[in-house]
Amino acid sequence: MHTMNTHTSDVVVVGGGLVGSALAYGLLRQGLFVAVVDGGDDALRASRGNFGLVWVQGKGYGLADYARWSFGSARLWPGLRDALHEETGIDVELAQDGGLHICLTEGEMQQRLERLQWLRREVNDPGYQHTALDAAESRQRLPGLGSEVVGTTCSPMDGHCNPLKLLRALHTANQRRGVALFNRMQVDDIAHQGGVFTVRAGTARWQAPRVVVAAGLATQSLAAMLGMFVPVRPNKGQVLITERMAPFLPYPTNYIRQTDEGTVQIGDSMEEAGYDDMVRSPVNAKIAARAVRCFPALANARVVRTWAALRIMSPDGFPMYQESATLPGAFAVTCHSGVTLAAQHAFTIAPWIAGGARPAAIAAFAATRFTPDTEVKPYGI
Amino acid sequence: MASNHPLFKPLPAVQPVPSTVTVQVDGAPVRMSRQASLAAGLLAAGVTAVRRSPVGGGARAPYCMMGVCFECLVHVDGVPNQQACLITPQEGMHVQTLHSLAASESEGAHV
Amino acid sequence: MSDSIRDLIVIGAGPAGMAAALAARRRGLDVLLLDEQPDVGGQIYRSITTTDAQRQRILGPDYSHGETLAQAVKAAGVEHWPGTAVWQVDTDKTVHALRGGANHHIAAKALVIATGAMERPFPVPGWTLPGVMTAGAGQILLKNAALVPSAPVVLAGCGPLLYLLAAQYLRAGVKIQAILDTADGTDWRLAIRHATALLAGWGYVRKGLGLLREIKAAGVPFHQGVEQLRIEGAGADAAEAVAFTRRGQAHRIACGLVLLHQGVVPNNQVTWSLRARHHWDDKQLSWVPTCDDWGQTSLPGIYVAGDGAGIGGALVAELQGELAGIAVANALGQGTCQDGEAQRARIRQHLAIRPFLNQQYRPRDAFRIPADEVIVCRCEEVTAGSIRAQVALGCSGPNQTKSFSRCGMGPCQGRQCGLTVTEVIAQATGLPPSDVGYYRIRPPLKSLTLAQLASE
Repeated sequence: MHTMNTHTSDVVVVGGGLVGSALAYGLLRQGLFVAVVDGGDDALRASRGNFGLVWVQGKGYGLADYARWSFGSARLWPGLRDALHEETGIDVELAQDGGLHICLTEGEMQQRLERLQWLRREVNDPGYQHTALDAAESRQRLPGLGSEVVGTTCSPMDGHCNPLKLLRALHTANQRRGVALFNRMQVDDIAHQGGVFTVRAGTARWQAPRVVVAAGLATQSLAAMLGMFVPVRPNKGQVLITERMAPFLPYPTNYIRQTDEGTVQIGDSMEEAGYDDMVRSPVNAKIAARAVRCFPALANARVVRTWAALRIMSPDGFPMYQESATLPGAFAVTCHSGVTLAAQHAFTIAPWIAGGARPAAIAAFAATRFTPDTEVKPYGI
Repeated sequence: MASNHPLFKPLPAVQPVPSTVTVQVDGAPVRMSRQASLAAGLLAAGVTAVRRSPVGGGARAPYCMMGVCFECLVHVDGVPNQQACLITPQEGMHVQTLHSLAASESEGAHV
Repeated sequence: MSDSIRDLIVIGAGPAGMAAALAARRRGLDVLLLDEQPDVGGQIYRSITTTDAQRQRILGPDYSHGETLAQAVKAAGVEHWPGTAVWQVDTDKTVHALRGGANHHIAAKALVIATGAMERPFPVPGWTLPGVMTAGAGQILLKNAALVPSAPVVLAGCGPLLYLLAAQYLRAGVKIQAILDTADGTDWRLAIRHATALLAGWGYVRKGLGLLREIKAAGVPFHQGVEQLRIEGAGADAAEAVAFTRRGQAHRIACGLVLLHQGVVPNNQVTWSLRARHHWDDKQLSWVPTCDDWGQTSLPGIYVAGDGAGIGGALVAELQGELAGIAVANALGQGTCQDGEAQRARIRQHLAIRPFLNQQYRPRDAFRIPADEVIVCRCEEVTAGSIRAQVALGCSGPNQTKSFSRCGMGPCQGRQCGLTVTEVIAQATGLPPSDVGYYRIRPPLKSLTLAQLASE
């Protein structure tokens, strides 16, 4: 990777994680010359902490546009998978055979059903579906499900992929399409003059008529330089991974999925822990205990690795897609579902950033819905 | 995988003679020193490989003998993926090297 | 299961751990000493309390010294948990460990991490074959199991430990087929730079020369300046020969057991998992936790001692352990406020020889940073070439290459590949290893079942 004093391109993407890389991919497909400026190996990288779900059910309670947005992404996902496979030979292991949300108490099940019913009414699309399964039906779908499981909600819209292969596939595709990638950079500021944005990291500079800030937790401070208020804060999630196991879990669930490599991934948690991304007790123990309640046979499965990552959380938990009102051509993009939304980012958001009309579907996600006085809900277990 | 030519043999005339236990290795009884690790006992008994790599399928055997390489993983008394170099053999212990589980891959876990 | 707060938990019962526990205990502290082996001694004094006279003769007087320390630890009433696998250490000094299948978490006011050293990775073609082990493994089999090679063995690599093992095998009547020395060869101009160190550490040098004399007197074929090395197997299932080149000439030795060694490096899994500060030591070619002169890391109340703090050998380890124990006692108000200068002076004496040894036995670049086709990650079978390809794709460090290639994700969690990967990336990017960094090490440091984890 090279550093030059001033690099010029059609668009600079600040951030090379899942969001930045998917946007870059889409922009490259639009025929633009794209520069991606990324941090170092030890940067906080939510992209390395993903669970890998391509998930629709349950999302958007309180803001049906988010349900539609996620649903739309799930429908676009096979196209992303195929394009990446064709261009890079990498199979990101997308499986969209359905997913189940496990409920361990009657109260949970009741609340879940109410929310899903609300969502179905609001979304009002025949393809947007879910089914409620009682304990027995759930166990038929997932043999080995524990007796503490009172029921599940099942949706054909849901699935999972290999998020690390996805990131590698995006990097590979972008490289083949001629992206200029600069890593180990820490962007200090973004300035603007006469229709040109200048991104600066130390003595290195990138100039373009368009700039997208997709830098995770660093987005807020950089977006502020471009006249945008994009409030994000970290929310910590911990995940456990077991040794490889013989296949036993045909569908991903909200807590547990079996990867294409045979390992079983178990999550997750939500903690207000500031910028601490170390794995800590007792949360890892709680995650383990819940997994054993879901699948008692996992009691003897060995945990070989754990990780923690920081979600990029907006005040209401929904994404932000914003073009600066004062500086057209400057954009900010944040979300905490970079895997599910990868298809939308590549195929819908990128054309907008390239100069197209703003998609109607994202009007609800303007960052202008927040002001510095907006109350922030803490998300936690 | 056991052969008739163990890679390691006992030092002659060890005093006092270490007491031994009988361990079942892949169904066959094997006498092992109570003082040496299970991995050492397997090597002395002529076991040349204890597992296959789940990635490439090649045979693997103990490498470091001190718990940092994780090559010597065997099933002990039904519990999978134990580091044999950190286990002291006990009378009646049942050890399975993963070769013997090839037929029943649908049960149990393998790393 | 949680226990009451201890004054000090020592992780590792080798010379450093034993000395730390002893020093603290003698100053009235409540000390818990943990180790995953069935008895004290670590690796250097492995099985010291159970070896017989014959083995002690073979192993030499340095080994027997460990028995004094082991007896002292027992006599002082240090609480010792053998067979205990530490799987998580928190920055607040809580230690999570498995003992007899049961999970414990124990709080402490201070920690001494004395996890010692491990063999430097030696990635050559065929190194994952059965029949290939480390020289350290050979020594452990001798100490712990009274086992020696049954057929003529090849020793390959460099460093005093390799020659020590060769001498020990000869005393035990083992036939050594050949010693393949992979060091860069004696460059006396560089060695002379360390002449003062040589004189100061003459005891060590004399010992080393004595070993070499023993080996040469036995007529063992000794090939110096080996440039390339590969181990060939029967199918993919067993080593059957070693091929090497030396001064451009190719050689092949039929052999079913090859013991590799190119020095030892600190075993830092615990300190990395704590995110203690480490620095790259270019003389030792490894990462070392950054400490003050009592051994305290960048995390208050957490100390390292022994080879885990930087390779110095068993006597240095003992002195560093003592310093750490004294420091903890001082911090808890129970020391005699010794300033530790006597111990530091002796440490300096013992370390005087290190620059010479580091130079003399510096492992060749080619054996630390291998060719594309060589496996660097044994667990996931990731090659050096794959790492280089990920760098070309935009990965700037080992965590990114890990996420793109799975290198470092296997059961050993980077212990066997970490150093290699740092150096491969350093070479590929032109950045120094200190800029490239190391893996993010996460718990569990040893695997445990979900049920065990849930029982916290």
